[in-house]
Amino acid sequence: MSEKIPVTVLTGYLGAGKTTLLNRILTEDHGKKFAVIVNEFGETGIDGDLVVGADEEVFEMNNGCICCTVRGDLIRILDGLMKRKGKFDAIIVETTGLADPAPVAQTFFVDQDVGDATKLDAVVTVTDAKWLRERLKDAPEAKNQIAFADVIILNKTDLVSPEELAAVEAAIRAINPYAKLHRTTRCDLPIDQLLDRNAFDLDRILDIEPDFLEAGHHHHHSDEVRSLSFTIPGDVDPEKFMPWINDLSQAQGPNILRSKGILAFKDEPRRFVFQGVHMILDGDLQRDWKSGETRNSRLVFIGRDLDEAELRKGFLACAA
Amino acid sequence: MDTIAKPVSLREHVVPVEAAEHVVAAHWLKSTLALALADGRVLRWREGESELIEAHAGGVLSACCDGERLITGGDDGRVVALTAEGQATELARDEKRRWIDSVTLSASGSLAWNAGRSVHARDDKGKVKSLDVASTPQGLVFAPKGYRLAIAQMNGVSLWYPNTEAKPECLEWKGSHLDVTWSPDGRFVVSAMQENALHGWRLGEKPSHMRMTGYPSKPRSLSWSHDGLWLASSGADAAIIWPFQGDGPQGKAPRECGARHAKVTRVAFHPRALVLAVGYDDGCILMIRLTDASELLVRPAQKGSGITAFAWDKPGKRLAFGTEDGAAGVLTLPAAG
Repeated sequence: MSEKIPVTVLTGYLGAGKTTLLNRILTEDHGKKFAVIVNEFGETGIDGDLVVGADEEVFEMNNGCICCTVRGDLIRILDGLMKRKGKFDAIIVETTGLADPAPVAQTFFVDQDVGDATKLDAVVTVTDAKWLRERLKDAPEAKNQIAFADVIILNKTDLVSPEELAAVEAAIRAINPYAKLHRTTRCDLPIDQLLDRNAFDLDRILDIEPDFLEAGHHHHHSDEVRSLSFTIPGDVDPEKFMPWINDLSQAQGPNILRSKGILAFKDEPRRFVFQGVHMILDGDLQRDWKSGETRNSRLVFIGRDLDEAELRKGFLACAA
Repeated sequence: MDTIAKPVSLREHVVPVEAAEHVVAAHWLKSTLALALADGRVLRWREGESELIEAHAGGVLSACCDGERLITGGDDGRVVALTAEGQATELARDEKRRWIDSVTLSASGSLAWNAGRSVHARDDKGKVKSLDVASTPQGLVFAPKGYRLAIAQMNGVSLWYPNTEAKPECLEWKGSHLDVTWSPDGRFVVSAMQENALHGWRLGEKPSHMRMTGYPSKPRSLSWSHDGLWLASSGADAAIIWPFQGDGPQGKAPRECGARHAKVTRVAFHPRALVLAVGYDDGCILMIRLTDASELLVRPAQKGSGITAFAWDKPGKRLAFGTEDGAAGVLTLPAAG
């Protein structure tokens, strides 16, 4: 089977610096060729043979899953691009500032043709250090984009004081402590910090270790979008865990933006690794637990209106 | 005379055609084969002689043919017509250079194409009418008779009379409709859906629905039998063939032909007989007779060379095929007897 083409999804609120970043990626001398799927084609100042205009045509799959929305235009465009394999090394999908990243991410899990040919590498969110806190108050999309991100670029840091910068970082971390965060002025960071992240690769999910480890650091209560992490110091029973996580994702899928986990199943030498986007779960047994590695079972949820006590109780009841 | 039964095969009747690029579509312009390629070029082939013609700057996305000219839509926003002699003419150009995802021709020579969400129809006198639809259509097809266009889009298929001011009739069905085909007798419209299904409508005062489900993947290739009574489809590990006699396939089971451990990617009925060419994602091609389900091997499986295009010539003597890796070919049916 041939190599899957990596796809990087670029999100960010209007004016945060997405176009600047896109131009950096396209013009920097890194020897890679990109196909770029942009919005407002012809108006962004980005041009080239492999620049394609998209229309953000979101539709609901007819599969009984109410939050299972995908991007029809993306499926169509990727299908067209895949006939020209070898002409580019990677694909970048730019979304509008108002877009919800979920349908984009779900497209890669739900559509089989897309999933066979490409892999979602990472969701990169560009934010504006000066205005992000305002946007988090008035724009739910801005919050979703932070919650969904694997990489966050905190841009225009030269426009704020060190105190303001600390405050905006804390606001980001309250929503998503797991993303890699880069502080930039004009989006100046090495491109390899953005590409080939393998953030959705089950092998690499250990990277979810947050920058600061203790859950006690999440001192926020007013924000509705937040992250929760739970650990069982030992094995879980798959007979209990699988039905629980399936029911949970069905019942609370609309509120769970992303979920990730590494679990030790009873009598199973391999780690069970899974991730989810809303109701869509993707999990598999991966490599063996290494000798000296503690068999802990850990889950992370990023979502809206999550009931921490209920989730903890449910998960702890899965202990073997 | 050799009396030992040999495995029935048509392999030795296949001539290779080296296209070297993903073949998007194959069509016969009388005795000239035209292969539209993913790099924007068209390969002209005639009795072993071939020539490459630059049709589009980026890639060919769609193609159709009326036997006289090949029409291609490209990712450069252009619609191009190509004659059997290899002469290319630009018919339309989108100012915003949007993709031309779909082109289609009617029996009388009318042409339709899309550029993003705009659908354009040009009648045989050259008059162009345009319609904006709610989502980018990937499937367009004219009615077998009359100047009426079916447009596959999100949540249904629109039927549009370009030369009238009337609002298009909307055949609604939730979900994303990708391709669309009209039955040769004009009674049925069938769409291929994102949700691994076909959806059909029996037209009339109150169009009735037909659901054809159970595919493991999207049925992106559809072909009507010459008598219009059968619709073959790809998307499963066998060709799925729905009966369209009488009221259509609702409540009836389809025929399944050529089951293998591979996915059917293309189907094409012979223009004069109940014989179906079936192409698979592993590169294999079988020729199947519907009457007794007998199979003939045209091409053995070949890694990375999945079938992407079929074209029968008008008399039904030759079948051209295209593949992902450009290893195309032409089968000439041996004379009977």
